[in-house]
Amino acid sequence: MKNVTDVPATNPPNSARPLSPFLIYKWRYTMALSFLNRVTGCALTVGMLLFVYWLVAVSSGSEAYATAQHVFAHPLAKVLLVLFSYAFFYHLLAGVRHLVWDTGHGLERRSAQLSGWIAFLGSIVLTAFFWFLILHGPRGAA
Amino acid sequence: MSLRSPLGQVEGLGAAKEGVHHWWVQRMTSVALVLLTLWFVASLVHLSSFEYSVVHAWLAKSVNAVLMLLLATVAIYHSQLGVQVIVEDYVNHHGAKLAVLILINFIHLLLAAAAAFAILRVGFGASI
Repeated sequence: MKNVTDVPATNPPNSARPLSPFLIYKWRYTMALSFLNRVTGCALTVGMLLFVYWLVAVSSGSEAYATAQHVFAHPLAKVLLVLFSYAFFYHLLAGVRHLVWDTGHGLERRSAQLSGWIAFLGSIVLTAFFWFLILHGPRGAA
Repeated sequence: MSLRSPLGQVEGLGAAKEGVHHWWVQRMTSVALVLLTLWFVASLVHLSSFEYSVVHAWLAKSVNAVLMLLLATVAIYHSQLGVQVIVEDYVNHHGAKLAVLILINFIHLLLAAAAAFAILRVGFGASI
């Protein structure tokens, strides 16, 4: 095969240079999972606004904290908190998956698909477990 | 076989025109956040209540204040790094990209300063 470095960069795409990924990739769930990692990362960035608001409320006295508690008790806020917690657990597991990949392990198709399922299902299980502990933990029937 | 263009080979810099610093700090913050976030989740589960006095007393402890300071700053740094990559990937117009990146950085710095001030305020025992 002709060395690609011999081909002028202006050549039409009959050279051996790779095409952009979106031109050749078929949609697969592993792609969706990769995308979900970014989506959950973005969600966590938004969720961090609530996290910092909570910290500021704690530091601003009992009245400000009571206001924050009122905000977090809103049904919409509760739904958001559950979604943020899911985003956190998925991003955590997917992040560990990426760190393992960075060591050069788990990149084969089979193991990458398996770890994808573990991250996806594991994050749902962890979210459910977390809220079970929050609702039935040391606070009793809070 | 090299897939680099001739110009790319001569310059030897890659498309990013820089080294691995961004990649590396994103990984380092990831590793730190695995530990810090698990500590935070465990702490939330173990808090006896989410009432003001309990949460304030918990955060006022030196260990918790220091770890919370680390969690907040590292998480915000990690967020800035991640959002930056997404903006660089999807915002194509150069001017818009620069404007969004500046905005993103300012928001993250503001969040970091607010979080750090709040934690230190509780940690140093300012009674309100």
